[in-house]
Amino acid sequence: MKFLDEYRDARVARTLAKEVAACTTRDWVLMEICGGQTHTIMRYGLDEILPKQIELVHGPGCPVCVTPLETIDKALALALRPEVILVSYGDMLRVPGSNSDLFRAKAQGADVRVAYSPTEAVKIARANPDRKVVFLAIGFETTAPANAMAAWLAKREGLKNLSLLVSHVLVPPAIRALLATPENRVQGFIAPGHVCTVVGYSEYESLVQDFHIPMVVGGFEPVDLLEAVLMLVKQLERGEARVENQYVRSVTYKGNERAQEVVREVFVVADQKWRGIGMIPNSGLRLSDAYADHDANKIFDLQLISAEEPAECISAQVLQGLKKPTDCPAFAMRCTPENPLGAPMVSSEGACAAYYHYRRHAAQGAVKIAV
Amino acid sequence: MCLAIPGKVVSVEQSNGLRVGRVQFGGIVRQASLDFVPEAEVGDYVMVHVGYAISRVDEAEAQRTYELLEEMGALEAELPEESSGQ
Repeated sequence: MKFLDEYRDARVARTLAKEVAACTTRDWVLMEICGGQTHTIMRYGLDEILPKQIELVHGPGCPVCVTPLETIDKALALALRPEVILVSYGDMLRVPGSNSDLFRAKAQGADVRVAYSPTEAVKIARANPDRKVVFLAIGFETTAPANAMAAWLAKREGLKNLSLLVSHVLVPPAIRALLATPENRVQGFIAPGHVCTVVGYSEYESLVQDFHIPMVVGGFEPVDLLEAVLMLVKQLERGEARVENQYVRSVTYKGNERAQEVVREVFVVADQKWRGIGMIPNSGLRLSDAYADHDANKIFDLQLISAEEPAECISAQVLQGLKKPTDCPAFAMRCTPENPLGAPMVSSEGACAAYYHYRRHAAQGAVKIAV
Repeated sequence: MCLAIPGKVVSVEQSNGLRVGRVQFGGIVRQASLDFVPEAEVGDYVMVHVGYAISRVDEAEAQRTYELLEEMGALEAELPEESSGQ
């Protein structure tokens, strides 16, 4: 496939890894922000072909993982109402709430439907005027424009039965919060390529200026990530701190202005709770007052009793790059994708899931048989 | 979830005042909204995320970068194979 296969070329990947080794003179700790990037690193073993001095830690760029527990519980409460059709991205279905998850609710008879696109939620609402359709609208800046369109279309068409249960998160405030923690060891960031496709990368300049830490906007294929690492290491070795763009085929400085317009029209910035991390000011989006009629948080009266997260789950530290999934005593034993203790094990972008799928044998100390 | 994949626009049409296209990803063709990429025409490649094209792939940039990487790779291939230190 064009624009994918070329960026998976093993020969180019090995060359880039060798280039990194050639210019690395000391240890560096780098963080890739997006869960999709974490998965590529784990799947292709990029951390293993890079020199040992480069340590890659994984960031909180998994929107499913950071959706607050309360939001899952609200979605569950709504899904259990007979008049409600709960529409969600597939990833959210097995994320554990306080007592259950959407998949279990569905198995028990709740009308939970998986959508690949917000357009499907709109179609379901049009086709079911007598039902209340609630779309669980989660994501980072990448997904905000598409989610916004569901609200925009609902308003335009007067689809009174369609509402959004929103949990949107923004990357730069999270980076700021991470850099402000005393335990932070990250010296360079690979910024998320699809977030920046939408919003551009001007916002990252203030971060670089404030913290003097280099950032490179990276893509998602092995060659993209290795090239981004190379660009970061070169900066670090020279004591530079700038924003650079590796993902030039998709990302521009200003990003996609039409997409940004619809987000500004539908959403406003708000304080947001990140599951595992806590409240980060101005790090999320909520529907603007003009869209109150389509705001599930305003339309429905929900009284919830939320429980604590299971004590064993260390997702907070994993999401901030302070621990690796394999540091968790429950990893691959009491916590698996089928029976997750926390969200990062179940999401397709979760770090724990990535390690589970690609590394669990190494983690459990598989014995190598000498031939 | 933040995954967007590149596909080729094979047809464009208006639907309810919005621009949609049929986009080809390898062997499959799916409908995607082209609202955010008014400049994308048939034959262009776009990055699609949850059914919405979020950028038009800049083929010139991709070409330029790729040629540089190819050169690096070709150069590397000419050098003697090093033993992989495992």
